[in-house]
Formats: sequence, structure tokens, C-alpha cells
Amino acid sequence: MSSCARWAVLAIALAAAQASSAQSRYNFQQPVSEVAGQIYDLHTLMLLICLVIFVVVFGVMFWAVFHHRKSRGAVAAKFHENTVVEIVWTIIPFLILVGMAYPATRTILNMKDTSEAELTIKVTGFQWRWGYDYLQGEGEGIRIVSNMSTPREQIEGKADKGEHYLLEVDNPLVVPVGRKVRLLTTANDVIHAWWVPAFGVKQDAIPGFIRDTWFRAEQEGVFRGVCAELCGRDHAFMPIEVHVLSASEYSAWAEKQLAARAELAAEAAREWTPGELAERGSKVYATNCAACHQPDGKGIQPVFPALDGSAVVLGEHEPLVDTVLKGRAGTAMAAFGGQLSDLEIAAVTTYLRNAWGNNVGDHVAPAEVAAGRAR
Amino acid sequence: MAAVIPDQSHDHPHGPSGLMRWITTTNHKDIGTMYLIFSFIMFLAGGVMALAIRAELFQPGLQVVAPEFFNQLTSLHGLVMVFGAIMPAFVGFANWQIPLMIGASDMAFARMNNWSFWLLPPAAILLIGSFFVPGGATGAGWTLYPPLSIQMGMGMDMAIFAIHIMGVSSIMGAINIVVTILNMRAPGMTMMKLPLFCWTWLITAYLLIAVMPVLAGAVTMLLTDRHFGTSFFNAAGGGDPVLYQHVFWFFGHPEVYILILPAFGIISQIIPTFARKPLFGYASMVYATASIAVLSFIVWAHHMFTTGMPVTGQLFFMYATMLIAVPTGVKVFNWVATMWRGSMSFESPMLWATGFIFVFTMGGFTGLICAIAPIDIQIHDTYYVVAHFHYVMVAGSLFALFGGAYYWLPKWTGRMPDERIGKLHFWCSMVSFNITFFPLHFLGLAGMPRRVPDYALQFADFNAIATVGAFGFGLSQLIFLWVIVKAARGEGQPAAARAWENADGLEWTVPSPAPHHTFEEAPVVR
Ligand code: HEC
Ligand code: HEM
Ligand SMILES: [Cu+2]
Ligand SMILES: [Cu+2]
Repeated sequence: MSSCARWAVLAIALAAAQASSAQSRYNFQQPVSEVAGQIYDLHTLMLLICLVIFVVVFGVMFWAVFHHRKSRGAVAAKFHENTVVEIVWTIIPFLILVGMAYPATRTILNMKDTSEAELTIKVTGFQWRWGYDYLQGEGEGIRIVSNMSTPREQIEGKADKGEHYLLEVDNPLVVPVGRKVRLLTTANDVIHAWWVPAFGVKQDAIPGFIRDTWFRAEQEGVFRGVCAELCGRDHAFMPIEVHVLSASEYSAWAEKQLAARAELAAEAAREWTPGELAERGSKVYATNCAACHQPDGKGIQPVFPALDGSAVVLGEHEPLVDTVLKGRAGTAMAAFGGQLSDLEIAAVTTYLRNAWGNNVGDHVAPAEVAAGRAR
Repeated sequence: MAAVIPDQSHDHPHGPSGLMRWITTTNHKDIGTMYLIFSFIMFLAGGVMALAIRAELFQPGLQVVAPEFFNQLTSLHGLVMVFGAIMPAFVGFANWQIPLMIGASDMAFARMNNWSFWLLPPAAILLIGSFFVPGGATGAGWTLYPPLSIQMGMGMDMAIFAIHIMGVSSIMGAINIVVTILNMRAPGMTMMKLPLFCWTWLITAYLLIAVMPVLAGAVTMLLTDRHFGTSFFNAAGGGDPVLYQHVFWFFGHPEVYILILPAFGIISQIIPTFARKPLFGYASMVYATASIAVLSFIVWAHHMFTTGMPVTGQLFFMYATMLIAVPTGVKVFNWVATMWRGSMSFESPMLWATGFIFVFTMGGFTGLICAIAPIDIQIHDTYYVVAHFHYVMVAGSLFALFGGAYYWLPKWTGRMPDERIGKLHFWCSMVSFNITFFPLHFLGLAGMPRRVPDYALQFADFNAIATVGAFGFGLSQLIFLWVIVKAARGEGQPAAARAWENADGLEWTVPSPAPHHTFEEAPVVR
């Protein structure tokens, strides 16, 4: 009995100690939103109630185990069936449950209230990256595609692992501190789940449907999360990184992003030489396609076909552009029309036709992709 | 003496011998034995997959298996353990014990019984064979969620067929159990005198009949979406991927009670025997079991809190789920009250039963924590859930199966289990189980998702500990094999008909080992 109590004290002390350290090992991460804070407290409360019940029930059981033994000369009592006792141990747990349900209900109502958001961002899950479209509020029109930036060598043990191994991305999501951000989640291929523990947000991203959730970050800083729903081979490798900036920093960032977008649009409109296209295309290929079709274009038989020597790649432009734009229904080959621009698709198809053993010698123009979208 | 032709039919199988005996047998004891052996083989197969998973997770980074193969391992580990190991093991117990406990000569439909077993090996071959076809086994998790499962290769179709076949087998087994219990009880054995193991199995059998067809429907829809142009789960064709989750979990939640109710039954047989005191509340145990079964049909969406259900949905499924804690609590209190002021001894079966109460209840607590929807939003699809369900399925179902195996081994083999080795098995399993699974709670809380072959650096320590524990747990199971083989070879102390001092029930009135045919004349229960 006393050892149970010691354990309980130890566990509470551990939980309390963890509340103060940012990178948690034993407990939830340090909450940075109201909802995450409520969840944290709810969990602590539940843990304590369970600990008390645990100590009582197993106190009784282990007392019996040690004292009511035949080897100690215990003689079995004959009692059984006692209606009063049975009613009591049905009612008391029920009341405890009601006590738990009350704060839980309050938190649910809070989590589900996505009204009056100051910023609305659409989150799209792709195999295996996240896309963010700023739909409403400051920064409207910004578009981010966020890939894991941990190098393959670290994963394969050929290089030392960095501090944020598997939790770092090339283009993080950026939001202002203290403003209510509404997220609309959806997906392009299979179900993913957008999860940032510090915000207390986990929402499935379901292809063909839009779901919503919200958070308000109460603190500036970098917060990390991962995809939480099994989404295929690289499920472990599609992290989330959110930078929470002060209002002025955020405004500056948003302005810069929008300017860069305008520049990009102008860039796409100009004439591109085949060489420039292919060079650009090799980068697009490395971030978007190599995971399946492999850096050497040989694919992984039999799931991911080789593009080196593929008849589709070497054939007419139209079917090739369509394959990349619209994907192949019912296979892992997703539609890239949503995440890649005309220029990028023109670049990557040009690259494919002239990479490895492929040597068609022509190029695909961005206008052809635009025409493909209209088809 | 030589002129007397003894009537052999009472203690020897008749009909074909050798392999054909086993293929054609309609004897409930033979079939029970085959179920038990089959499930142990599948347990080892699923265990090897678990160890491959744990080996990959020993350290951050990819060392042992490629990510796609890792997904295949987790998926098949789950499917093999649930459908190949735990469910058939309970059916094996039902086959052996139910006729013996209710004083029937055999199961009601003896030939169907043979069929329901012999469907299982082909299903197992389909499932495990799928590793070796182009594209490998399914990597969509044991839940097989679309659209991911639509992307899989032909291994997925093999898994679907395997599930169909195992479903048919389960339904046939369940019908057999229902009819046997309802129609073949010895005179005088009223329903409220039925041993609790039979009660829990009766209720479980109804659950099986109700939900296995639902699962078959769900995977058939996957099959037609994959190959025949339907769009049940495809938004582009007007379907909805979340529909699958509703249908799957409408099967899936009762399924977890299918895995645990017979375990409750076994524990309720063992504890009174070794406490030398009747079960505290027999009737309330029956009612608790029935109410758990009824409630299990209205809680399925607690597996889907993160899909974005409406508020009312979340609230309803949260409240309903919390309610299940009440009858579950009643069971635990009942066992403890039975132990209280008993005259207990701790032979292997009782050790397992006591251990079961302790660790299963921890799984119950984490289950309650998972039921709180806002908390579940944080811990869903993390290692916390992996810890929770292994506490209820390994420390729950599996430990109860071990307890039951030690308890009835004398009846099956005629030999008492070797206490020394049995205790070794218990303590090794108990300690290594907790080393394996307790740290997973911390991992889940701190943010490690499940079904990942690689993880961030702050999770490294606990994963290393869990892997060491898992290998210990795996090896500990060979000790169990040792106990069984020893008893089966007729080594060890011969068992009396009533093998345990205070054991109560008809099964203890027939000799140990139970002869091939028992209760050809029904006993009368007063
Ligand atoms: C998630 C894995 C995945 C990614 C990422 C991916 N593909 Fe594919 N791709 C496939 C699969 C699978 C097929 C085969 C589809 C089928 O069976 O029809 C395929 C087919 C193709 C084909 C047709 C090949 C043929 O011979 O039929 C082309 C061209 C192609 N992909 C280009 C790309 C490009 C360009 C990218 C990057 C922008 C890309 N893929 C990214 C999985 C992928
Ligand atoms: C040797 C003991 C066992 C070990 C070490 C073990 C380990 C594991 C591990 C590491 C996972 C992967 C978790 C993830 O990545 O999400 C897992 C999943 C699972 N295990 Fe076990 N396990 C064991 C026994 C069992 C048993 C006896 C069952 C019986 C019912 C079981 C049922 C499951 C299920 C259903 C899953 C989920 C599979 C999925 O994610 O699709 N396990 N186990
Ligand atoms: Cu994922
Ligand atoms: Cu459930």
C-alpha cells in the first residue's frame, strides 16, 4: 500500500516537473494555445482520478493477495452477492464519470467553434508533403508547399542526425501570434492528418472533403508536428513546421511572399530555353517525383514504374502532360496539377524526356500545360 | 481376459488414423486442439513480425527494413494477431470446454465444426503468402482504410479474401456455440447456473454473428472499388472514404469485445477456484457482460474523433464510451471482492489471473483517458494508443488465454503443468511485457505517431527500451511451449479428475485427460 502511494507521488512529481520543460519526454508538449492548455489540464485531472482509483482498488487487491492466503492459514469466508455493495459500486463510478464529462464537454465545444477566424488557411495533404493556401485575411493568395528537409543521408545513417531530425521542412507554415487561424483540411490522394501537439490540433485531411479546425498561438516561436494518419510509404517523412511571428514580422513576411509570387508569375510568362527548363525540371523531379520513381528514374518494381525508357515519357506530349497534371485514378500516381505550376510541370516533363537514357531532344512549353488544364 | 473385447470407443478415436484422422475429425476435443495449435503458430508468426518492427524501431534512422515493407509488417502483424492468434485461440477453448462444462457429448453441429476449423489454414496461407506476391502484402494497416488500401497491389486482394474466409469460419463457429449452449445443457443446468465462461462465450457468439458480416461487407466494397469501378469510398465518384471507417468500426468495436469477453469468462472461472470461495456476484457478472455487449454497438466512432465529426457526434460517442467503464468496473470489483477474505493459493493459473486483473485494468484506465474526446484528439494514432490496446489485448486477452491454458491443461493432457516453469513463464512475460509497453505511453504523450518506421531523436531512449523488452517477451513465450510440450508428452505429475483442489464444474467430474467421448449420457445438475 505504501509503495503504491510512493509511486503515485513520484508520478505526480514527474508530471509536474515536465510541465516546465519545453521538449517533453513523459507528458504532453508544453501547450501554446488555449485548447492545448485545456487538454493538458484535462489529462492531468484524469490521470489523478485514475491514480486514486488505482491505489484504492489495487490496495484492496494486494492486501488480499498478501494476507488472505491459504499458506498463511486464511480460511475462506462464505459471503457472496450483496445488493447494496453492488449498487454502490455501480453508482459511484457513474458519478465520477459525470464529473469527468463536464470539463471534457466544455473543451469540445471550444475546439469545435471555428467562427470569427482572422486568417483562413487551406491545408492540403499530398503523398508526402503539405500544401498551404492562404485563403482569407492578411497574406491572402500566398501559397506554400512544404517538404521535409532532412537529407536522405541522415535517415540512412550516412550522416549525423541533426537536432530537428524528421521534424524540419523547407518552407514552413507562417502565422501571426495571438490571431485566430482557421484551417480547412483536405487531401489530394489518401487520408492524412495535420497534427501540431503544441496547438492541440489534429485534424484528418480527407480527399474530396473539407474539414475545419482552428488554433490561436499564444507565443512566438517554432512549433513542430507530423502527419498522424498512415498515408503510405513516406508517412513518417511529412513533418509540419509552424513559425509563429509577431504581427509586424508577419506583415513583412506576407508582403515579401506576395511580391515573390508576382515575380514568379512574371518569370513563368517569359521565354524559357530548353536547357533552363530541364535544369529547373531536375529540381522539381527531386522534390516531387524521386520518392517513388527514384533519382535514377528506374522506379521500384513493380509498384512504381521506371520513367527511364517509359513509352509514355518518350511519346506524345499530350498524354505525358495529362499523366502528370491529372494523375492516374486508383494508383499512387497523384494529380500534380494542384501543387505544381504550369512552368514546373513543363520543366519536369522536359527534364524527363532528356534525362538518364531518355534523349528525345525537344521540350514541353508552359503553354502546353495551360492547354492541358483546359482540356 | 484376452477374450474380452473392450469397448474402445470411450477413450480412443475411431475412424481413420494418421493425418486423415485430423482432417476428418468431428470430435470437439480434436478440433479444439487443432484450433489451439493453429493459433499458437499464428501467434509466433505475428510475433516474429512484431520483433522485426521493434528491431527497426530500436534506433532512429532506417536500418533493418524499408518503409514500405515496414508498413506491410505492421498491417499483417495486426491482422494475424487479431484474426489468426487471439480469435481462434478462444474458439479452441470454446470447443474443448463448452461441451465439458455444460455436460454435452459434443458440439451441436459436429461436421460444421470441422469445416470452420479447416477454413482457417487456407486463409492463413493467403494472408502470409501475400508477402511473396508482386507488390507484397497490404501496407494499409490492419484497418485497411481507403483510399490507401485502394492503392495497394494484389496482396490487398489476398487479405480481403482471407478476411472473407475467416469471417465465414467465425460465423459458423459462433452459430455452433450458440446452439450448443442453448440446446445441449445437461438437465438441471438452467441459464443462471451456466458457468461464466459459457455465458461470456454465448454473448461473444452473438456479437460475432452480428458484426462479421459487416466486416465482410466493408472489405467487399473495397474489392469492388478496387476492381469493378464502384465508388463507395471515392469522393470523385460520389462516395466517401469516411463511410468505410464507420462501417469498419461498427464491426471493429464489438470486435474488441469479442477479443476480451471470453477472457473475462476464463478469469471468472479461475479466481473462485484458487480463492476457494464462490464468485462474488454471479448475476451481476452476467448482466455486466450483456450490457458491455449492447453498449459496444453504439460507441464505434470513438475511433474517429479526428475525422471531424459534428459536435453532437463527438459528445454522443464520448458519453457512450465512458459509460462502458461502469460495467467493466463492476467486473473488476467483483473479482477483487471474490479474492477478499478468500483462502488463496497462487498456482500458475491464479498468477496469470491476478496479473491479468492488474495489467488489464491499466489498459482500462488508458481506455477511459482515450474516451475523453479532447484528449483523444492529441493521442489518437500515437504510441499511446498502441500502448493502450496492447495492455488490453496482450495483457488482457493473451494473459487470460495463458491462465486458461494452465488451468485446463490437466484436463487436456492428464498432466499438471510444471509449476516451476509455469511461474518462470509468468514472471518473465509480466516483466518484459511492461518493459515493452509501458514506455510507449510516454512516447505517445510526447508526440510520437504510430505506424512509422523512423522517429525524431527525443524518442530514442524509450524505443530502445521497448525493443529490448519485446525480444524478452518473445523469448519468454518459448517457455510456454516448453510447459505444453512437456505435459503433452505425458511428463510431469499425473492429474486427478478434479485437478485443482476447489475446482467446481462438470469438466472436473470426468477423468484427466478427458476421454475421447464424454457425457454420452448427460449428467444431472442439481
Ligand atoms: C506516390 C508515388 C508517386 C509519385 C510521387 C509520382 N509518381 Fe508518377 N507514377 C506513380 C505510379 C504508381 C505510376 C503508375 C500508374 C499506373 O499504374 O498507371 C506512375 C506513373 C507515372 C507516369 C507514367 C509512366 C508510364 O510508363 O506509364 C509518369 C510519366 C509519371 N508517373 C510521372 C511522374 C512525375 C513527373 C512525378 C513528379 C511530379 C511523379 N510521377 C510522381 C507513382 C508516383
Ligand atoms: C510480442 C508481443 C507484441 C509486440 C512486441 C507487439 C508490437 C507491436 C508494434 C511495435 C506495433 C506497431 C505499432 C505501430 O506502428 O502503430 C503493433 C501493432 C499492433 N499490434 Fe502488436 N505486438 C505484440 C503482440 C500483439 C498481440 C498479441 C496482439 C493481439 C491482438 C497485437 C495486436 C496489434 C494490433 C491490432 C496492432 C495495430 C496494427 C496496425 O497498426 O495496423 N499485438 N504491435
Ligand atoms: Cu501520413
Ligand atoms: Cu472501440
